[in-house]
Amino acid sequence: MGIIESDGGHLIRKGEGVDLEMTANVIEVNRLEHSYGSVKAVDDISFNVKEGEIFSFLGPNGAGKSTVINILTTLRKIQKGEARVNGYDVAKDSKSVRKSIGIVFQMLCLDHEMTVCENLEYHGKIYSMPKKERKERIEELLKLTELEGKRDTLAKDLSGGMKRRLELARGLMTKPAVLFLDEPTIGFDIQTRMRMWEYLREIKREGTTIFLTTHYMEEADQLSDRISIIDHGKIIVTGTADELKNKLGKDLIYLETSDNKTVAEILRAIESVKAVTEDTKSLRVLLGVDVTHVLPLIMEKIRQAGIEITTVNIKKPSMDDVFVHYTGHGLREGEPKEKEEGIEIAGVME
Amino acid sequence: MNFEFRAIYWRDMLKFFRFKSMLISSLIQPVMWLAFFGLAMSESFDKLTSVIPPIAGVQNVDYLSYMGAGIIAMDVLFSSLFGGTSLMFDKKYSLLRETLASPVPRYHIILGVGLSGVTKAFIQTSMIIGFGKLIGMDFFMGYTFTETLIAIIGIFLLVGIFTLGFLFLSGSIAITLENPEGMQSILTLLSMPLFFVSNALYPVDAFPAVLRFLSMFNPLTLLADGIRYFALGNNFSVMGIHYMYTSADIAISFLGLLFFALTMLATSLWRFNKVDV
Repeated sequence: MGIIESDGGHLIRKGEGVDLEMTANVIEVNRLEHSYGSVKAVDDISFNVKEGEIFSFLGPNGAGKSTVINILTTLRKIQKGEARVNGYDVAKDSKSVRKSIGIVFQMLCLDHEMTVCENLEYHGKIYSMPKKERKERIEELLKLTELEGKRDTLAKDLSGGMKRRLELARGLMTKPAVLFLDEPTIGFDIQTRMRMWEYLREIKREGTTIFLTTHYMEEADQLSDRISIIDHGKIIVTGTADELKNKLGKDLIYLETSDNKTVAEILRAIESVKAVTEDTKSLRVLLGVDVTHVLPLIMEKIRQAGIEITTVNIKKPSMDDVFVHYTGHGLREGEPKEKEEGIEIAGVME
Repeated sequence: MNFEFRAIYWRDMLKFFRFKSMLISSLIQPVMWLAFFGLAMSESFDKLTSVIPPIAGVQNVDYLSYMGAGIIAMDVLFSSLFGGTSLMFDKKYSLLRETLASPVPRYHIILGVGLSGVTKAFIQTSMIIGFGKLIGMDFFMGYTFTETLIAIIGIFLLVGIFTLGFLFLSGSIAITLENPEGMQSILTLLSMPLFFVSNALYPVDAFPAVLRFLSMFNPLTLLADGIRYFALGNNFSVMGIHYMYTSADIAISFLGLLFFALTMLATSLWRFNKVDV
């Protein structure tokens, strides 16, 4: 375990009275619950985020991700449970928590009538950074986010991706111990998104812990050290992308047959088949062993039952499969809403 | 080390000078009031009241000078009353989010916005006094340099307190409501009685008793009276009406406005602490 203080550079030191064994956790959440009226948005969630890692909450819209982020950033009052950020209790010491963190909100919120530099300058000012420190930090961040050439451009004249980068720079202005990002690449095309990931990896290399929410599988998969899949306000499973995929099984077969129902029955009886899920058209078959060993057996059994196989597709489990496996549904439910938000953001950008 | 309100002030002023349309209109508006409304009204009032003999032994003031004080009061009333609207747009377009999520105490936001409003009000007041003098307003007639200076400080103090009061009021409405249309109609509704049930533009002596009584509590009356005390002296007549201000009167103006501003401050603090991000 690294010694926290030596990691240096953070504006705020760790809170006092933190158990030594626990100092490796920058975020600690214990039995968090939150309801809006009778609707339970967050249902008994516990997790830790270790220093220096990128930790993702992956889940559909309405899963409770934003509520958790709002509680951790003290924007929403905690109702039940405990949460500590950078060693500070979010309920009792919100001011210290706020000084320890940077936030990139889901919605773009830049002052469009101010330049890139002025936006950063304002942020430094409201966090009481001394002038010299502000100037130095702005230079560092412009360099990191490759906005040096845009320093005197009004925020409204930036492209969508640049605006997001400016927000990223702003979130990092005070050298926070943790950077929170709520759906950082929502509504962006894949190139912009991948570039954003590069910046986030760079920030991680500089030692900043990152907590992000996303409903993009690839984002969680490519970027995160650890992922929690969250659905209906509960954490379904937590682990590294590889761990989650390996837990699922070695290989995955997609089958389309003339009688999916019967085939599902047949396959469930085979020992090396871990799970079978029925989709509208196809069957998803998770294998505990290498596909080469069981495929002939599977084909044989189906043929014996007199059922015709129309398609066979073999692949390694992806984050998508992990998600479907643990939640029992795809992320599709969230899709229309995502589009709405995308439009809304585009509207704000103009 | 609690000076974060300066950041809010900095941003507000930066944008005030950046939006050229906002800057120019706020400078031109008071001049237009004086040039069009002021000259037109004072010509006809002076004509109508020319038959009234001036009161002997008292300095007679023309209508333009009388209403000059009212124009200052009205101009800062409108700009401060509508000044909070920008907060609503800041909230609507999530601009406030960054600030609300920061460790800055909420009252710093109110303070910063209030100070920038006062700065703008001072600019407008200076414009009116300057331009008014140019077109023959009798402000500070026969004053020594020191007296003029004291009078100007007095006027600015009153204008400052008054502006803060209405900015806090308008900020509270802005932060509570969700849509600009609602805000617009509330402000229009508010400005009506404030505007007419006051002695800003005409004497209230001929008002029905109820309206005259109400006008005494109108911050606009308090401000107009205070400005007249400082700009025209404590003993003058206009249109045959004798105005005498005692120290008690000016104290009432100050205390009344202070009370109003503090009440509005409390209201805005209450509203701002309720804002969810």
